[in-house]
Amino acid sequence: MNIVDFLLQHSPALIVAIPLLGAFLTPLVSRLNDKARNIFVILTLGLTTSIVFLLASDVFAGNIHTYAFGSQDLALPIVRILFEVDAMSAFMTIIGTILALVSVIYSWAFIKENTGLDKYYTLILLMTAGMFGMMLTGDMFNFFVFLEITSIASCALIAFWTNKGKAVEAGFKYIVISTIGALFILFAIALLYGQYNALNIATLASVIQFSFLDKIALVLLIAALAMKAGIVPMHMWLPDAYGRAPAPVTIILIGATQASLYGVFRVCFTLYGNTINLTPVSIGWILVLLGLITMLLGVAMALIQSDFKRLIAFSAVAEIGYMFLGVGAGLTVLGNTEMMAAIGSSAMSGGVFHIMNDALDVGLLFLVAGAVYYATRETSLDKLGGLARNMKYTTVFFIIGLLAVSGMPPMNGFASKLLIYESTFQLNPILSIVAILSSIMLLAVFVKVFHSAFLGPALPKFKDVKEVPKSMLIAMGIIASIIIVFGLFPELIVSNIVEPAVNALISYGDYIREVIPTFTGGM
Amino acid sequence: MIFNIPFIAVAALILIGLYAIIFRRNLIKMVIGITLIESGVNLFLITLGYREGSVAPIFTSLPTGTTVPEGMAFPVPQALTLTSIVIGVAVLALMLSLIIHIYRHYGTLDVRKIGGGEE
Amino acid sequence: MSGMSKIVKTISNITFPLITIYGLYIIAHGHLTPGGGFQGGAVVASGCAMILVAYGSVWTMGKIKEKNLSLLESTGAICFILLAILGLGFGTVFFNNFLVGSNFLFGIVPATGSTLANINTGGVIPLMNFAVGIKVIVGLFAIVLVMAYASSTKEGKK
Repeated sequence: MNIVDFLLQHSPALIVAIPLLGAFLTPLVSRLNDKARNIFVILTLGLTTSIVFLLASDVFAGNIHTYAFGSQDLALPIVRILFEVDAMSAFMTIIGTILALVSVIYSWAFIKENTGLDKYYTLILLMTAGMFGMMLTGDMFNFFVFLEITSIASCALIAFWTNKGKAVEAGFKYIVISTIGALFILFAIALLYGQYNALNIATLASVIQFSFLDKIALVLLIAALAMKAGIVPMHMWLPDAYGRAPAPVTIILIGATQASLYGVFRVCFTLYGNTINLTPVSIGWILVLLGLITMLLGVAMALIQSDFKRLIAFSAVAEIGYMFLGVGAGLTVLGNTEMMAAIGSSAMSGGVFHIMNDALDVGLLFLVAGAVYYATRETSLDKLGGLARNMKYTTVFFIIGLLAVSGMPPMNGFASKLLIYESTFQLNPILSIVAILSSIMLLAVFVKVFHSAFLGPALPKFKDVKEVPKSMLIAMGIIASIIIVFGLFPELIVSNIVEPAVNALISYGDYIREVIPTFTGGM
Repeated sequence: MIFNIPFIAVAALILIGLYAIIFRRNLIKMVIGITLIESGVNLFLITLGYREGSVAPIFTSLPTGTTVPEGMAFPVPQALTLTSIVIGVAVLALMLSLIIHIYRHYGTLDVRKIGGGEE
Repeated sequence: MSGMSKIVKTISNITFPLITIYGLYIIAHGHLTPGGGFQGGAVVASGCAMILVAYGSVWTMGKIKEKNLSLLESTGAICFILLAILGLGFGTVFFNNFLVGSNFLFGIVPATGSTLANINTGGVIPLMNFAVGIKVIVGLFAIVLVMAYASSTKEGKK
């Protein structure tokens, strides 16, 4: 078989194995030269990106890829660790790889003067491997292991500037909260294993009944994974961790947070898909309510901040509320075919599309904040001002990010938010009103930031502030161009990439039938 | 009743660990609380694999009369527990080195005195 | 931290090889008895930590540079991943046990049921145990060494 078929057949494992191998080779490569190490890391992530696009183009055409480690084929009973890639997993890996590649290109110039850089690149590659493992796996305990790998690597990266006390304290807060959540996830996995003697998601989904212990496991899983995703009232770690980490670390951390969000959807739709509409108060309404509270609180706290990155972190919290709102609205009508076709499918399309848009928009804003910090060494908005004269490209990128995050055409935020507004209005008008209100308040917040940081009279202490180096501009330019392309052709993206992902979540029967061919039931 | 004692111990360990994290102010005591919760969850995983009157799942020189595989305990929870212990060691090392840095910056280990500044 | 008295140093000199051999035995017989890479590695690492406590962290850090530890740890991890990738090269999937059944290194397939133990079985598993064992020994020892050295000096490294 030729090289493309070989890569395609082994791609779920290669996507995790290549960053992992690169992470352990980095201390050896960095003994030669600094530049060789940077080029090695960028090449590793470039190779991973090409394999991700190869796999995604095949999965979106309709095949589900499974990969059983250490065996020849999928013979029953399933005792191997399985990776199972359907369209939703492929969608998340596209987001993750774009964020990782942009982060490494950005950190060529941004992180250059610090010491201990070989550990920095090792940890970034480890975090990327853990993030991909979370998105691709089909086994619950494997998901827990990759979740812990990602948490440990990202905690060490958040506390990277150890000469500042605040960054170390943010890292400590993150690891304590993250470990408690992960231990509760392990407790829930042990509850499910003890009842059904299976760890594979497809096998569990085909035999699960909604007993009392299963309800406890569902509550623990949703609560712990939502805490890792930054839902109010468990969002306490997010402003500190996003705000005090270096900017390229924050943008990969967005990808890791959204992998936990993917975990919530995988648990609700696929693992419990057969039984979720047996509950009196539907789980979907709980997700919708959490999404509303998150949106309101995120925007309200963002209005009163005076630190640049912390403000963007609170707006990131508000954006996660949109995703919960959209997908939760779809979950409420999961068993009901005609309401699903009417409003549920488009609500879920809006929510899932917003995952990608939010990663790109908030990522671009964090990169701009990092560029401002690199040029001026200031983070507080009270002390900044008049930077548009010196940093022209950065200002243009900030305007693009501002329009995108508040949902203005022609950027991509408009497309996904319009889908959410239209479909949730038919479910209940109040949801749509709250969503539009938070969008308007986000626009107000960011116009205030733009005015105070970039416009205004030129301050004398910023007289010789230059534009940031080229590698940072290239990284910001990549994301800005993707934002504009997605905004100009949203119909193309929605029908080719988002619709297969949403159909993969709704029809959980296909996911289960890939492993157990005799499964009946499911949509 | 006697076969429920491990599960009661699991509940006690997790509750004491949660109490230590929520109500204690010293950072080291919070780390000890996390270790207690982790020990409770590991005990829960091991206890799930027990069959009544079974031997260890090793094929070498079994005692005569044990049926294979009904007379052996489950081996899968033992592998899960081992992985969890390794992850716990790594997280503990990371938390303690962060505490060393925090102590060097702030001079105190009281969780209400560090982390001032913004809200 | 500074070292301890002459008696402690002498006794730890005597017991360190015994602990190391016991730990290596646990690593090497991981496919037959309870044990394996992590457990044996933890035993050897606690022996090394005993040497650290007996002789003091400043002396130990002078003898062993931290860069060599990092290099050895990376080597252990790379061996593990290369053994997994070699399954690809033989035509099958990752982590495939390609040494079982062949008469190369660890290839004998024992009869099922209760038999006597034979160390020449198991395929790729003993090799992976060695790789994980090296990584765990060096990793845990490096953690303890850096923490002891960092709390002994007033201003440490990064």
